[in-house]
Amino acid sequence: MAVTSTPEAPVGDLVLSLRGIDKNFGAVQALTDIDLDIYSGEVVALVGDNGAGKSTLIKILAGVHPQDGGTISHDGKTVSINNPADSNNLGIATVYQDLALCDNLDVVANLFLGHELGRATINEVEMEKRSWGLLRQLSARIPSVRIPVASLSGGQRQTVAIARSLIGEPRIVILDEPTAALGVAQTAEVLNLIERLRERGLAVVLISHNMADVQAVADRIVVLRLGRNNGEFKVADVSYEDIIAAITGASDNAVTRRAQARVDSADATAAAATATDTELPKEERP
Amino acid sequence: MTTPTSTPPPAGADDTAPPTETVRLAAVAADLQDERLIQPHGIGGTVRAFGKRVRSGDIGSLPVVIGLIVIWVVFSLLNPNFLSSTNLVNLTLQCAAVGTISVGIVLVLLLGEIDLSVGSVSGLSAAILAVSFVNLGWPLPVSLLASLLAGMVIGLLYGFLYTRFGVPSFVITLAGLLGFLGLQLWVLGSTGSINIPFDSWIVQFAQQWFLPDWLSYVLVVLTALAYAAQLFVTANRRAAAGLSAVPATSIVVRSVFLLVVLGVPAWYLNQTRGVGAMFLLFLVLVVVMNFFLTRTKWGRSVYAVGGNVEAARRSGINVTGVYLSVFMLCSTFAALGGILAAGRLAAANQGSGGGDTNLNAIAAAVIGGASLFGGRGSAFSALLGILVIQSISSGLTLLNLDSSIRYMITGAVLLLAVIVDSLSRRTRVSHGRA
Ligand SMILES: Nc1ncnc2c1ncn2[C@@H]1O[C@H](COP(=O)(O)OP(=O)(O)OP(=O)(O)O)[C@@H](O)[C@H]1O
Ligand SMILES: [Mg+2]
Repeated sequence: MAVTSTPEAPVGDLVLSLRGIDKNFGAVQALTDIDLDIYSGEVVALVGDNGAGKSTLIKILAGVHPQDGGTISHDGKTVSINNPADSNNLGIATVYQDLALCDNLDVVANLFLGHELGRATINEVEMEKRSWGLLRQLSARIPSVRIPVASLSGGQRQTVAIARSLIGEPRIVILDEPTAALGVAQTAEVLNLIERLRERGLAVVLISHNMADVQAVADRIVVLRLGRNNGEFKVADVSYEDIIAAITGASDNAVTRRAQARVDSADATAAAATATDTELPKEERP
Repeated sequence: MTTPTSTPPPAGADDTAPPTETVRLAAVAADLQDERLIQPHGIGGTVRAFGKRVRSGDIGSLPVVIGLIVIWVVFSLLNPNFLSSTNLVNLTLQCAAVGTISVGIVLVLLLGEIDLSVGSVSGLSAAILAVSFVNLGWPLPVSLLASLLAGMVIGLLYGFLYTRFGVPSFVITLAGLLGFLGLQLWVLGSTGSINIPFDSWIVQFAQQWFLPDWLSYVLVVLTALAYAAQLFVTANRRAAAGLSAVPATSIVVRSVFLLVVLGVPAWYLNQTRGVGAMFLLFLVLVVVMNFFLTRTKWGRSVYAVGGNVEAARRSGINVTGVYLSVFMLCSTFAALGGILAAGRLAAANQGSGGGDTNLNAIAAAVIGGASLFGGRGSAFSALLGILVIQSISSGLTLLNLDSSIRYMITGAVLLLAVIVDSLSRRTRVSHGRA
């Protein structure tokens, strides 16, 4: 697989640079020799099949578990991210695939968890006010911020998780499948938000299985396959087929076969329609 | 009908049409703009909203309050002395020691953990107090400090074992239950029982000190005023921030309600000996703990860890610190409870902290509404729960029923409380309030 096209130098600075990252869980080598560069003012999409290691890679950046090998440098300096607080201090905010919300706490408490406002006591009023501002910015449809998040729908919970990443002025925002459970309007709103973050000069890492979303907002696509780098593309000059080929590891894959089958059956239908006898097209299939 | 739309609006939906809606929203507080939000109107609406919450499993302390009323009615019918001022004064004094231990249990339950050794730790603390004060002749404050410190160290040890090795707290504290019982017996030595002089202030405090009537009323009024002031300040700040605020009438009603809830019992207790200093200490501990749990970052992180440890960890909360602090507080409360019990008994012996101390403290927290599943409960659970348990105990004693019946009934009540907890948890899940 050598579909690699070196991307042009992006506008922003290199904020985070990963080199040779390894990670294994017991017998499973989840990541092998991964390189990843993250620039400010740029949206990089991290794509790959289920189990490719995308979530594992971003959890290393989030300080959920440390890497087994390789280096991470932040603004040119080598850093070690041993826990979520380290990650936070580097200005990294993460929206996890499993959302990581506390079901027994209300929306406000979840949004500010670990970063409550106020000195000796928690300033609930200010927190609630900012929560509404933030949620409105995301066009969130949440009836009340004083109900436990357990009572929210899947999409509402996802919105809360996204809103949480924006608290505390991050420099790098990592979103692990942020739109998986969202409605049409909310998805559009999250894509808008990602573009706004880029305009504000933040670095955004987006993990998504939705190629339309990726092509809509990403500047660069990094493909992982079976825990290894499998190509890096500028969105502007790559086709959908090339990405799919890099993700699946072959130009002949389930996606292309389905697409081909659709073309074939369309051809067959057309052929059948033009034929004098109107037999069912399936008879003409091999 | 002011909507300038050409389509005929559906009957009765005049303010949901788009143009008016935006106008309406601008005038509504930021947190009340969602039209799906069911807003109670007037007193009837408030009552209906409350009923709805209860049916959806968000019952809070309602079952235990109802249970307490039932227990009191039943016992006062069986024996009119039950509700006499004398008996209720005794009841409050009986509550204080185990209730204090129970506050600590609430904390560990909030984390979804348990401490089975609080009885032994309270006994050990009583033994340390008696031996150091009576046999070794230490000054009383130093002895008290030593007892509390012992509790603190034990809690730290539990927290260390839990966070370092991941041993379930159930097992660690079961080992502690045996180990510290042994230590208690060893500290007490061959005599096995040590009397604490009656004129020492710890015994005086536990047995003889009662608030003067006027002071109890002053405290009641000050509490109600502080409550009102706090509601008022919050309401003002919310209004200033563009959020919905509690109306002034509601603040007045709530404060008067609190005034009555505190004032009437104070008046009734004052008919005889009055409000015991030890009971007041217990109440203050509950209120202070409630403040820390609901108003500080530490309290918020306790609930977060109890709700979802991994989420708490990922949001940068020092989870190890939370576990350490909670185990430490729990054992320290146990030690304090042991001191109060020793003061009330004016002695420490091999039975201190034994018998039903352990189980009553744990049962009180659960009966009072602290969930065994973690993340739910409040400091007031300890107060309500211990009132239930001691009421049963006191009522059965008045009926001259022996402890066999008392254990069985307390067991049944505990079972009932756990069933209510599980049921309300299930209802909450299905009504989306988990
Ligand atoms: N905590 C863990 N313990 C053991 N194995 C793990 C753990 N987390 C991930 N893995 C393994 O690492 C591999 C990569 O998983 P990862 O969650 O990173 O995939 P992913 O690319 O995010 O997939 P998806 O698109 O399904 O979210 C998988 O084989 C998974 O089984
Ligand atoms: Mg994943």
